[in-house]
Amino acid sequence: MERNLVFIALFAALIAALGLIPKIDLASGVPITAQSLGIMLAGTVLGAKRGALAVLLFLALVALGLPLLAGGRGGLGLFASPTAGFLVGFPVAAFVAGLIMKQWQHSNIALVATVAAVIGGIIVLYIFGIIGLSITLDKSLMESTLLMTPFLIGDAIKAVITGLVTQAIAKARPEFLFSRA
Amino acid sequence: MLSLSVSGQSWLHKSPTPLKLIVLCVATFMLFSLQNWLDALLALVVVCGLYLSIGWSFAKIGIERLKPLIWMILVIMLYHLLTSRIEEGVVISLRLCAAIGLATLITMTTRLDAMMKVVDWLAEPVYKLGLPRRTLGLASALVIRFTPVFIERGTKLSDAWKMRSTKRPNHRLLVPLSLAVLDDADRVAEALKARGGLSSIKAGAESSKSAQTKDQRTKL
Repeated sequence: MERNLVFIALFAALIAALGLIPKIDLASGVPITAQSLGIMLAGTVLGAKRGALAVLLFLALVALGLPLLAGGRGGLGLFASPTAGFLVGFPVAAFVAGLIMKQWQHSNIALVATVAAVIGGIIVLYIFGIIGLSITLDKSLMESTLLMTPFLIGDAIKAVITGLVTQAIAKARPEFLFSRA
Repeated sequence: MLSLSVSGQSWLHKSPTPLKLIVLCVATFMLFSLQNWLDALLALVVVCGLYLSIGWSFAKIGIERLKPLIWMILVIMLYHLLTSRIEEGVVISLRLCAAIGLATLITMTTRLDAMMKVVDWLAEPVYKLGLPRRTLGLASALVIRFTPVFIERGTKLSDAWKMRSTKRPNHRLLVPLSLAVLDDADRVAEALKARGGLSSIKAGAESSKSAQTKDQRTKL
């Protein structure tokens, strides 16, 4: 119980920190906020339940008014903005990514984690995000999907990085790869 | 700055938090159903009036908080201009400003502990199922305590990188950072267990914890 709680809370803190540290270059020269990378990692490292709970805890604190979202944003206003769908999709994305890690017991962790991040952190997350966009901006689902395409490349890079980081964690601290425990 | 709430004694500060949240929910749903630009403009004027009813200096903080909205509105208007649906763009922009402005207003006039109380009330059924009552408070305190720690560690790692490499820091830093997070979690969990665990955190521990959060507040 205590162990679960602390890992969930500290991973929520990592997600917040990833959005607040000075941006790091993810691909050659393209600075991207690493926050959604933290969401993907929560799923692939902590597993479905713990990962989703870590993201939920992070979101709850953002909603309560702590400026933890990338760029120091927070508060209820975010849940009325066009990107609200992504926030709602975050915990589901982590859950799905964790589920795939558990179900697909292939030995190549980098591959499995990348696929998990693509399905959870891109496909599932985008479904929520696109529905949110089409509600707030009064657009058809098709049009909202088109609006999202510029972000695909960045998120695909993040999914690959998630795979590499998850593999490195599996090698260095196999006992902490809860998604496979 | 730890919380986005702005201290004050206005009527909105004093209104009960659950009521404010319910009104916000209903109002947001209504706002997003507005289809006419005049209605949307009227809604925005009402929201602006609410800010001003609390005071001019408060309204100025609100404007400062909502500044990033300008970019979003510009993108939305540009998109609608290019697809020649200007009126639709105006309605959507006004509506969004009103909805986000209203939600921000509630965040600004509600203290963190009042929000926490609502969460505690919502979590009541889960507590009844056997979740120790301190769980949510302890988890929140841990996040608040460790976020600055991890930001500092990330900055240190990237400084160390810059000392040694001509290339800019990249994703490789995420490995030592996340390993450090996991190791920290392991140690904190041990320490928590050694002190009797979650269920036995009693009044004494609680007072020391609140002293600790106060400490951070001054630090931040």
